[in-house]
Amino acid sequence: MSSLERSDVARLAALARIDMTDADLDRLSGQLAVIVDAVAKVAEVAGEDVPATSHPIPMANIHREDVVRPSFAQDDALAAAPEAEDGRFRVPQILGEEA
Amino acid sequence: MTDWTRKTAAQMADALAAGEVTSVELVQAHLDRIAAVDGTVESNSVHAFLHIDAEGALEAARAVDADRAAGVELPRLAGVPIGIKDVLVTKGLPTTAGSRILEGWIPPYDATVTRRVREARMPILGKTNMDEFAMGSSTEHSGYGPTRNPWDLDRIPGGSGGGSAAALAAFEAPLTIGSDTGGSIRQPASVTATVGVKPTYGGVSRFGAIALASSLDQLGPCGRTVLDTALLHEVMGGHDEMDATSLNEPVPAVVEAALEGAQMDLTGVKVGVVRELSGADGGYQAGVTQRFEESLDKLRAMGAEVVEVSCPSFEYALAAYYVILPSEASSNLAKFDSVRFGKRVEKATVEKTMLATRAEGFGDEVKRRIILGTYALSAGYYDAYYGSAQKVRTLVQRDFDAAFEQCDVLVSPTTPTTPFKIGERIDDPLAMYLNDIATIPANLAGIPGMSLPSGLAPEDGLPVGFQILAPAHEDARLYRIGAALEASLTAEWGGPLSAQAPELEVAE
Repeated sequence: MSSLERSDVARLAALARIDMTDADLDRLSGQLAVIVDAVAKVAEVAGEDVPATSHPIPMANIHREDVVRPSFAQDDALAAAPEAEDGRFRVPQILGEEA
Repeated sequence: MTDWTRKTAAQMADALAAGEVTSVELVQAHLDRIAAVDGTVESNSVHAFLHIDAEGALEAARAVDADRAAGVELPRLAGVPIGIKDVLVTKGLPTTAGSRILEGWIPPYDATVTRRVREARMPILGKTNMDEFAMGSSTEHSGYGPTRNPWDLDRIPGGSGGGSAAALAAFEAPLTIGSDTGGSIRQPASVTATVGVKPTYGGVSRFGAIALASSLDQLGPCGRTVLDTALLHEVMGGHDEMDATSLNEPVPAVVEAALEGAQMDLTGVKVGVVRELSGADGGYQAGVTQRFEESLDKLRAMGAEVVEVSCPSFEYALAAYYVILPSEASSNLAKFDSVRFGKRVEKATVEKTMLATRAEGFGDEVKRRIILGTYALSAGYYDAYYGSAQKVRTLVQRDFDAAFEQCDVLVSPTTPTTPFKIGERIDDPLAMYLNDIATIPANLAGIPGMSLPSGLAPEDGLPVGFQILAPAHEDARLYRIGAALEASLTAEWGGPLSAQAPELEVAE
């Protein structure tokens, strides 16, 4: 595994929806490369015969009775929205101009 | 005149029940203390609280006092004030998880633990400071400025729950709530000479706790004594159908265990020292090792047998943790998208708005971990990173299983060093991550852990923590062994270690 490059960090930041300036990329990509190299050691002991653990205490799916329960009122759900209109969340335009 | 802020929560509860003090008096004493020492970021004071709810706390206290006067039967801790880590949502009270992206957010509901605290009739003093989204070991990554360690205001109070720990050490609250994903309850307890417990995974409901890494997160109690911590544990714990990972079993009898431990008889108890976490291979501060060894002597003197055990795969635990945590965090934090709640930096399109909002709303550590997680989960790298880390997790669990075949509890120093200076490690993420080397394995395996004070390091006079780990579901063992050690050490010190903290400068 090779170390993380500055261009990788720029691509990942775009995937994670975080704008990064050149200064951000300069600062973070060096640190991230060091961290990625350090954590790569997990592959050293992960043999094919070792099962993966995703959850520390194994548990089956949890179900409840299929009955309607009270939930947030619309006003409560919208109370903290940056912008709301007609009982809905309002957002800036979804498609860019090229669309 | 009695300074009630110096009492334990158990003493406060007894005094309330005996009519020696009112809840209003207790709450007011703590609000006064907060006003005197908590200060602000600018004043370089403790800054344990992000939000103080004086009126809400006093109102809850008045209601408790009225009910008590009317002869209503009340829960044990009714009227005893508490601070809540800002990771828990509180209806009507600001909740930020230490992030600017949630500045000013008022949640429309209570977390299950918040509800249980209210039902226990405990007045909520306010919300305590933390590293942003609980990512950090120093509280320096809070979006609202660091908390400072009451033992030395130039030093870190640990993290992520530095606010909850510092509030206890500064006598601003007798009890607080924390969350522990890799040590965020235990490591702050260690560096502030307080007690903190991470319960068994699923032992406390996480409904309404702002998620960091869902397969690792656990809420837990923080106090100045083992008994106080046990009392809060029983308030918080228990099954909750709103959390699919909640254990459907009774809360362990931790109060009873703490009382039993205080009898100081550990005959027949086998204590395992984990070689890989004990500093035997170097890297631990001399005073930390010294206090740890002395605590082992105390356990032996009370009849415990101390043996050494080895957990070889722990060498890989830190690396596995820093793959699993960022992966899960990158997914959990996707909900901060500028649409439904939280900050919005308005741009021409929703995608540009999201990019700008997250750039401005998140701090550097959060960005680092989101990008790391996005990388570890991306096509072509998933097997090498996330897949491998999950296998290491199995190996860590196997090591614990083998160790617990040989002994009842495992022990280690909680942290390799006493608290470091603010700013010292802020630009070196890897050095920061090493703070949690001894606490992380418990989170990977889901087992319970406690940190309690074991003394001050002779070289710098700063607190050293002693960690106890028990098998899953056996949280009570932590309290029995912890209370025994606490009783033995307190007898030697001539009082609790917390009383030795230097006097803080009091604001006029």
